Amino acid sequence: MSCERIATGGLIDRSRRLSFRFDGTAYEGLKGDTIVSALMANGVRVMGRSFKYHRPRGAWGAWFDDPNAIFDITLNGETLPNCSGAMTPLEEKMDVRSVNAWPTAACDVKGILDHFNRFLPAGFYYKTFMWPNWHLFEPSIRKMAGLGVLDAQVLSDYHASHHHSRCDVLVVGGGAAGLTAARTAAESGQDVIIVDDHPELGGGVYRRHMQIDGQSPADWVESQQTAIIAAGGRVMIATTANGVYDHKLTVLAQYRGFGKAPAFWKVRADRIIMATGAIDRPVTFANNDRPGMLSLEAGVEFLARYGVLPGRSICVLSNRPEAGEIVKPLIDAGAAITEVDPVGVEITGKSGRRLSGLRIGNRTVECDTVLASAGLTPVVHLWRHAGGKLDWDEGRCAFLPGHPPEGMSAIGAANGTYDFEASLREAHAAGLGKTSEGRGGYSLTPLWPKARKGVRQWIDFQNDVTLKDIELAARENLVSVEHLKRYTTLGMAGDQGKTSNMAGLAAMASLRGKPIPDVGTTTFRPPFVPVPLELYAGARRGTRFNAIKRLALESEHRKLDAAMAEYGGWLRPAWYGGIDQNAAVGREIRTARICAAIMDASALGTIEVMGPDASAFLNFIYYNTMSNLKPGRVRYGFMLTEGGRVFDDGVTARLSETHFVVSCSSAHADAVMAHLEQWRQDGNDPDRIYIHDVSDQWSTVTIAGPKATGIVAQLGLSIVTGEEAFPHMSIRSCELAGRTVRVARVSFTGDASYEVSISSLHAEGLWRHALEVGASEGAGPVGAEALSVLRAEKGYVLVGKDTDGETMPHDLGFGAPRLKKTAAFLGDRSLHTDVANSLNRKQLVGLSVASGEAALPIGGHIVVSKGGEFVSRGFVTSSYGDTTSGTPVALGLVGAELAEIGTKVEVRYLGRIHDAEIASASFYDPDGGLLHA
Amino acid sequence: MQQFKCPFCGLRDEREFHFVGEAGKIRPDTTKEVTAEEWAAYLYQTRNKLGHAKEMWMHLTCAELFLMERDTSTMDVLAVQSLREYGV
Repeated sequence: MSCERIATGGLIDRSRRLSFRFDGTAYEGLKGDTIVSALMANGVRVMGRSFKYHRPRGAWGAWFDDPNAIFDITLNGETLPNCSGAMTPLEEKMDVRSVNAWPTAACDVKGILDHFNRFLPAGFYYKTFMWPNWHLFEPSIRKMAGLGVLDAQVLSDYHASHHHSRCDVLVVGGGAAGLTAARTAAESGQDVIIVDDHPELGGGVYRRHMQIDGQSPADWVESQQTAIIAAGGRVMIATTANGVYDHKLTVLAQYRGFGKAPAFWKVRADRIIMATGAIDRPVTFANNDRPGMLSLEAGVEFLARYGVLPGRSICVLSNRPEAGEIVKPLIDAGAAITEVDPVGVEITGKSGRRLSGLRIGNRTVECDTVLASAGLTPVVHLWRHAGGKLDWDEGRCAFLPGHPPEGMSAIGAANGTYDFEASLREAHAAGLGKTSEGRGGYSLTPLWPKARKGVRQWIDFQNDVTLKDIELAARENLVSVEHLKRYTTLGMAGDQGKTSNMAGLAAMASLRGKPIPDVGTTTFRPPFVPVPLELYAGARRGTRFNAIKRLALESEHRKLDAAMAEYGGWLRPAWYGGIDQNAAVGREIRTARICAAIMDASALGTIEVMGPDASAFLNFIYYNTMSNLKPGRVRYGFMLTEGGRVFDDGVTARLSETHFVVSCSSAHADAVMAHLEQWRQDGNDPDRIYIHDVSDQWSTVTIAGPKATGIVAQLGLSIVTGEEAFPHMSIRSCELAGRTVRVARVSFTGDASYEVSISSLHAEGLWRHALEVGASEGAGPVGAEALSVLRAEKGYVLVGKDTDGETMPHDLGFGAPRLKKTAAFLGDRSLHTDVANSLNRKQLVGLSVASGEAALPIGGHIVVSKGGEFVSRGFVTSSYGDTTSGTPVALGLVGAELAEIGTKVEVRYLGRIHDAEIASASFYDPDGGLLHA
Repeated sequence: MQQFKCPFCGLRDEREFHFVGEAGKIRPDTTKEVTAEEWAAYLYQTRNKLGHAKEMWMHLTCAELFLMERDTSTMDVLAVQSLREYGV
């Protein structure tokens, strides 16, 4: 065993043993371990297989910079795929499986793929499986690709909570710099939040060989934390700042234990201090992906946090001048260290399942572990999310934070300030909102990938990208780093370039003979570490995402055994009496046509438009002339967009010279309100027009059918009814049992119809009264399903169902205002373009089928043959089998050349052909006599 | 998530707002002859300039329509003005 737990040290709780399994074998870890540290404590080196070649891989990093240890973890019967083993705290009874490996990571049958590597260059799959059709190969390739396996079971109770907060200063990173900045800011009276993604604050300080202010690193962290909290600061541990979005919104994911969705925080801070540190980048050499090669700092981190010695015989392979200082704790813990300068020499990892030594030039160094670093890369993701600039620093061979985004500063290693004392001074200044003296000098001898024949040098461990793949991309002219990324998959998936980006772009720069800053970086995008999508959803699901609108009469409908369903955002009665939809709808259609339907029409949008300019305003808003509508009368009309398309339809009633009531589609009320408000405020005097959405305030009970007039006469309204006194398309305000009601004679069924509206507070009384009076005449409640049949067979359209984004009013048979209205109105000019004047426009038609045939399928296309090609010339928009006449009816939009009544057409749908004939859209009472009955 | 200042309600999150269009478009007088080109320019042509932009927005929760000047490259909000102040 080369890696093992030593007797002392670390932040783990040695009294709490945790048992777990990895690839079927039982192990023990300690409370405070991550899965990777626990595996290393047990001497396990091979933790997974690489994505493409199935090469064995061990941990490279000890935290978010580890691309290799990716696991599917099962706990308490729930499996989460693709968990970062280096970041997931170990829990009792975890069952951990390596991904991309079968049966185990140590012995993977697909490991044989590695021997075919010369046949699997970048783009292999794209290039090879093109003929005859990629889709033939896709399923089996997809099965081979990918990492973890998704559990088909839906996780129960896996909901992210969403939280909002604000502060003066948000410090990201709880290392020495972050703690110092947070303490300084908090003690100066600022409201501070400090976040760190580890379960404890401290960042890299535990790796330090020396004391800080005369204290051990752990004691120093403790005293900083105490001081921050005492000064009113808020400390959030196990919390990753995953992105900075527009206007400095920082989003945090707070770990809540395995199997629980993280908590999602949206924080607005006046200032953001980025103290996110820096990570080692890998050294590129032959077989540099073998288990046993860890990052320099990770090697010390495993010892400092988890008491795990990464190896007994360690080769330190780094150009960092302070490498010798960094590994001192390992020497104290008993490791034998050999330092090797990797600059300017050819290095080859001794092959085998894991590293057993390095060949450096002609020399061989035996070791069980290599700690490597080709220099530090500051973690600047948040800086770039916020739009901060990066400057190339030749001395550090790194991109450093340059011109800052507004309200943001970078400190410590994230800013390239690697010197400890300098970083504390910088942090102190940043805490007070001041700029500091500068980063200090640093000189790193460049160490970039060098091409070598006959060997493979890994650039991206997670996605199996080697230097050769980058050479191939350069040869094929995919030289932009964004193309390079997408072609080779360099820096994709969980790594997102953290370990791979710098080596990749340095290689491309060298191949192109350009300086690194001229090649540039790929775009940094949130999230910084992978998160479950659930994080963003949170409680915004179902009706909490889109709240359902409920009728004042809902309980009344339920008493009548209504099947409730959603229509345009409203929960409405679909039909009444039991679960048999066909029987109920058929019964309700007969009730409506023989006696009368009693319906809840409250979902219709009701908007009051008042004021001295209301009449002129509505005349402009509507396609139809509204200014000459007489008080007490109602007119049907269309609202158009400026593009001339039908936006909404409905009736407008004029109560007085200055008072109108606009009714609109129930699903459309909010959009119509915004539409009206926009034109009211833009181009009109808003003090002369008032608009109120009163849809919720009024409830409407509609009585419609041959016996409706008789029933309404018995309701006890304070007006005279009947066609003479109260004709179709008129409105009356009156009283019913001492309460104000509005009664409108408008019809959506084709029969005589009365919409009686009352304050929603009194809707119940009206509904029961109407049902009671109606029952003696044979009338009864009718739901939305029957109503949609009644309106369709009358040829009344539903905007959005029987119209689409091209439909103009003259396509629906309402052509007169287009030709005759002289006043300006919305969309007017658009009705006279070449497109609007075309003689081939799709028209609203009825579609009938031969007797005995089934109803046409909604969405079926009317297809014609043109020179051997089938072309769609329209489609079925509404279709019902059970109608008043008993024969199916359908509405559709059909090209004008086919729209003549009697034309025979073919309707194609899912491979079947249905014969149909164009008919009048009005199947029921085409002359309209019944409306006045 | 950007934050915009509704002249009526104050600072609110972006998701409460609806982009209406670029400011400064004058609707042609459609009671007179309007050429297809003029109408198309009114309907479809936008400057869509990177940088300083003057736009109409609606705060959906209060229905206030207002003018906003902002920088479309930095996302900085430069000014907001109600239409009443502007004097439409």
